[in-house]
Amino acid sequence: MTNSSGKIQMAHGTGGRLTRDLVAAVFGKKFSNVILDRMDDAAMLELEGRFAFTTDGHVVSPIFFPGGDIGRLSITGTVNDLAMMGATPLYISAGFIIEEGMPLADLERLALSMREAAGEAGVQVVAGDTKVVEKGAADRIFVNTSGIGLIPPGVHISGAGARPGDVVILSGPIGDHGIAIISQRQGMDFDVEIKSDCAPLGGLVRRMLDASPRLNVLRDPTRGGLAASLNEIAAASRVSVEIDESRVPMRAAVRAACELLGLDPLMLANEGKLVAFVAAQDAGRVLEAMRGSPLGAEAAIIGNVLGAEDPHLPSGRPCVCARTVMGSRRIIQMPSGEHLPRIC
Amino acid sequence: MTDPQPLAFLDEFRSPRHVRGQLKKLTTRQERRTRIMEVCGTHTMAVSRHGIRQAVPDWLTLISGPGCPVCVTANRDIDTFIEMAMLPGVIAATFGDMLKVPGTRFGLAEARSRGAQVQIVYSTLDALRLARENPDKNVIFFGVGFETTAPTVAAAIHEARLTGTNNFFVFSVHKLVPPALEALCRLPELAVDAFLCPGHVSAVIGPHAYQPLAEQHIPCVISGFEPLDIMHSLNMILDQLENGEAKVEVQYSRGVRAGGNPAALEMMDAVFQPCAAEWRGLGTIPGSGLTLREGFAAHDALQRFRVDASYSREPSGCICGAILTGSKLPTDCRLFADVCHPDHPVGPCMVSSEGTCAAYYHYEI
Repeated sequence: MTNSSGKIQMAHGTGGRLTRDLVAAVFGKKFSNVILDRMDDAAMLELEGRFAFTTDGHVVSPIFFPGGDIGRLSITGTVNDLAMMGATPLYISAGFIIEEGMPLADLERLALSMREAAGEAGVQVVAGDTKVVEKGAADRIFVNTSGIGLIPPGVHISGAGARPGDVVILSGPIGDHGIAIISQRQGMDFDVEIKSDCAPLGGLVRRMLDASPRLNVLRDPTRGGLAASLNEIAAASRVSVEIDESRVPMRAAVRAACELLGLDPLMLANEGKLVAFVAAQDAGRVLEAMRGSPLGAEAAIIGNVLGAEDPHLPSGRPCVCARTVMGSRRIIQMPSGEHLPRIC
Repeated sequence: MTDPQPLAFLDEFRSPRHVRGQLKKLTTRQERRTRIMEVCGTHTMAVSRHGIRQAVPDWLTLISGPGCPVCVTANRDIDTFIEMAMLPGVIAATFGDMLKVPGTRFGLAEARSRGAQVQIVYSTLDALRLARENPDKNVIFFGVGFETTAPTVAAAIHEARLTGTNNFFVFSVHKLVPPALEALCRLPELAVDAFLCPGHVSAVIGPHAYQPLAEQHIPCVISGFEPLDIMHSLNMILDQLENGEAKVEVQYSRGVRAGGNPAALEMMDAVFQPCAAEWRGLGTIPGSGLTLREGFAAHDALQRFRVDASYSREPSGCICGAILTGSKLPTDCRLFADVCHPDHPVGPCMVSSEGTCAAYYHYEI
């Protein structure tokens, strides 16, 4: 690289020689594949079938956190959105907005962890863009990724697909990512040994689809946590959802951190978990398939879908509710306000 | 955090078998219309979150009191702190809850978007550290809280004086619980049969602080915060009422000692002195607030920064005041969950993590 400072400069983003050098030395080298290596203005993809297409901006702070970093997150975030449609993730694009002065070594480290995550997810990074902004105009680095995935024939998964009688399955303990980030934030002298769960979920979803192609809903409870996902699904499907609080898997340290900080674990972000709505007769098979994968080893049935007019509903109208330890029911609201900014 | 013991402990207090045992004891009692006020915001949240209100029989009404420190903070004080935050060269440090609370003109979140430097801290010592790391700025900490918080703020002020951290200031609107309960009891519309008293506050001030209430024939039971604690405490209160007794009892014996926490009380007393304080809903109560003693005046934000919040007024239509005294329910408010919502709050009770309206909104409607 033709820059001795070891830091990103404005010239790295002007499109000139430094840009070319940076792209070639960092991204070209790490992400190398037949499509990207052509270095054309756009990737040429030969595709046939039904596709899922999504995009996601990543602004997490701090950029390095226990269990991951913004690079890994930028891959898993996008491939997981594809996987939640039942799609097999294929191709990813990555756009970087870098703050002037960011150490090149950090950028290399992020590119490396993107490569690792892409390898785990089975996707190729086939297009990219790099911009540099003045110091203070961004916080070190923002990464936008878009992705395309192929939806297998016969798979129809949608947030609107939940049906009364469906069983709700959660793939593992909630809140790890949220607590991992909180514990790193400035002002928090808080010693929690919790790592982000940040992981690509495509493999887990394939196992589940092999067990039953009739998955009605899949959702990864990221920002807003399980509470937001369940409320979105209930609203889109026009049903009510009831979960049993005591069945929701959660690490002891996450629970303790929530008690200390007054956080609701149901609202904490996850980056490697999914919630599935499955017809009751398929639930056992799907659960077993999930538990056969390391990412679903602690999967559990946490609840079921009620009709919109179920007489047991606390509010008498469609909602998400929880059975409490008292045996009574309480509402689980859609999270609101600034719960925790820049979590992903 | 690596020690699993405290967590196993937590599980015990949430054990469905034990909790339902207490519930059964309660539901098999003779029916007797009873109103019990939980004084602490953490209790309010626990009652809502664990569905306790729904589980107890109809003859028992649980009402929420003025136990959320953010909620009882008068708008004039909130506006004053926002004005301080807007001053040049100031870093306003606050617990996260205050960020979302609306002021008369705007809240701290909007102050931040207008350029104020507002920093959320998780402890007062973090605010003190902020002052040390930013010697060219004045760090003002918003001292909101009851006897649980005040000693830690006192310790930070004490340390600031010891270490010569002259750019650390506290705007103290701390409040004391017992004077407020006594003021509550003087309200003609208040018809409570007993108080479920706060666990953490009592760990500092000790059970004897409620003796004057017991002498007015109001049973007081100091409760922990888990479902089992609360159910157990309700049964203790009902036992007292059935036996025609009124005394102070401690259910939260794992946290509350007879003399309270002498070290905390001493620190609080060294730095603060009681003063009259304005409470939302209760008005001004003599001796219910804490102000910095003369020897610590150099760290008193109110003395150092002159700001004008004379425009301050309570939000119109909001009945937070009546809710804080237990005379109205959140669902009685015509703004509730519609005009006043966690995303666009009118009153503080909707956004504080211990607010009664927030508890109802998040868990009960």
